[in-house]
Amino acid sequence: MTRFLLRLAFVVALPLFLLGLWWLASDDSTNPFWPPLRTILTTFPDVWTSERLRADVLPSVLRLSAGYAVAAVAGVAVGTVIGSYRRVRALCEPVLEFLRAIPAPVLIPVIMLFAGIGDTMKITVIASGCVWPILLNTVEGVRAVDPVMAETARSYGITGAARLRNVVLRSASPQIFAGLRQALSIAIILMVISEMFAASNGLGFTIVQFQRGFAVPDMWTGILVLGLLGFALSVVFQLVERRVLGWYHGLRASARRSP
Amino acid sequence: MGALLDVSGLNKVYEGSGRRVEAVRDLTFTVESGELVCLVGPSGCGKTTLLKCVGGLLAPTAGQVTLSGRPVSGPPPGMAFVFQEYGRSLFPWMRVGDNVELPLKQKGLSKSRRGELVDDALRSVGLADAAGAYPWQLSGGMQQRVAIARALAYEPEILLMDEPFAAVDAQTRADLEDLVRGLWRERGITILFVTHDIDEAVYLGERVLVLSGSPTVVRERLRIDLPAERDQLHTRVAPRFAELRTHVYEQIQAAKRGTPAPEPSDRIVDVEDRPVDKS
Repeated sequence: MTRFLLRLAFVVALPLFLLGLWWLASDDSTNPFWPPLRTILTTFPDVWTSERLRADVLPSVLRLSAGYAVAAVAGVAVGTVIGSYRRVRALCEPVLEFLRAIPAPVLIPVIMLFAGIGDTMKITVIASGCVWPILLNTVEGVRAVDPVMAETARSYGITGAARLRNVVLRSASPQIFAGLRQALSIAIILMVISEMFAASNGLGFTIVQFQRGFAVPDMWTGILVLGLLGFALSVVFQLVERRVLGWYHGLRASARRSP
Repeated sequence: MGALLDVSGLNKVYEGSGRRVEAVRDLTFTVESGELVCLVGPSGCGKTTLLKCVGGLLAPTAGQVTLSGRPVSGPPPGMAFVFQEYGRSLFPWMRVGDNVELPLKQKGLSKSRRGELVDDALRSVGLADAAGAYPWQLSGGMQQRVAIARALAYEPEILLMDEPFAAVDAQTRADLEDLVRGLWRERGITILFVTHDIDEAVYLGERVLVLSGSPTVVRERLRIDLPAERDQLHTRVAPRFAELRTHVYEQIQAAKRGTPAPEPSDRIVDVEDRPVDKS
């Protein structure tokens, strides 16, 4: 119990300290763009009502999930193909380097021409931005399958789909998850950016609306909500990762114990 | 009648970036059903290459391998491999039981049959209660036992072992040697065991094939006429054991120097009984 409390103290100590700092630094501020934290926090419940959560936060989260899911499936699938065949890799590598160098936000006007200004556009923008780290990490992970494991699989007749499922993807999963983690933060950024262009709801849209209406404390609460959303997503991600990669963390820990 | 495993004229040349390396020159030998044959040779003599060719993991440049009369062109279902690198051969994302079971699923066996085979194999290597552990939670020796259990459960016609105990400590190695000997006697399985350890080859094998340095040929075929009942304590100090290991050691040393083999290499040699030096 005391250990749990101690851990909890470690987790919340720094955030509380920073909030305190913010509180003190902004307490007697009269600058309209830098309102006291007290004002922001009292505005918070008025702005983020359940109605607003449903109308703005939920659509954002749904777009984010859809774009992220499309990127994950496409990135892992294409990455596995590229990683498995040397020839395909040689063919694709220069193109991949070019494509991933293009910042996704710059594609928004182009994608708007094809996909309109609806959800399809936003999902496409999110997916096209976060597919790269997933794809490139999958390529590396699939390439790096241990030759002894590959031979073991071959000698026991583990081929085709069974090999893909039980050997290749499992062996590449630590790298795939590294890509997924990077992609998650990119997805949040692109969600906000895509909603700042032609949109009628969503977190990015709302924050920009507050800003344009000089509702500065409301805008600040929106930024807080974004931070909280990112934090919540990363907690969920860690839970999933700990479950899927439990073996990997165990393996690493046992390798550290006996070098 | 034909032998279970027939290797004839096996040759393997690696070619690449302007270099041509002949790893295995001309290898011919047979393994009868139920035999335990050890291949021993100096370090770096192409033992692993040769075993991979036999197991269908590498395509030989020339020559042929047949298992029960069928030519081997890829890994055949009748062979099971135990690799030296146990830590990289077991899948760390699967529990021990799943590691043993995976090849059986691939064979299309029913769930109940798979369960029987997995339990039986793990029990026979002394790891009946480790099925739920991950490989990396076990010691090196135990991991290699799991690899052996996986091979046993696969019910192969022949078990190929590639220096399986080279990476474990001496005591564990002795235990594993006795385990293999015991499994061979209990189950009547056929084993082709590759090692660079002369004592291990003589202790384990019914027959020992001494290989030359690279490019590899069979230098000598030796029948090990030690009693079937062997144990680490007595067999290793028996005068006959000393004679045989000395003989193999001389052959390996000669192989390293590159002197040609004294006997024609297609005849089975029985080392002459010499009076034991009592001084």
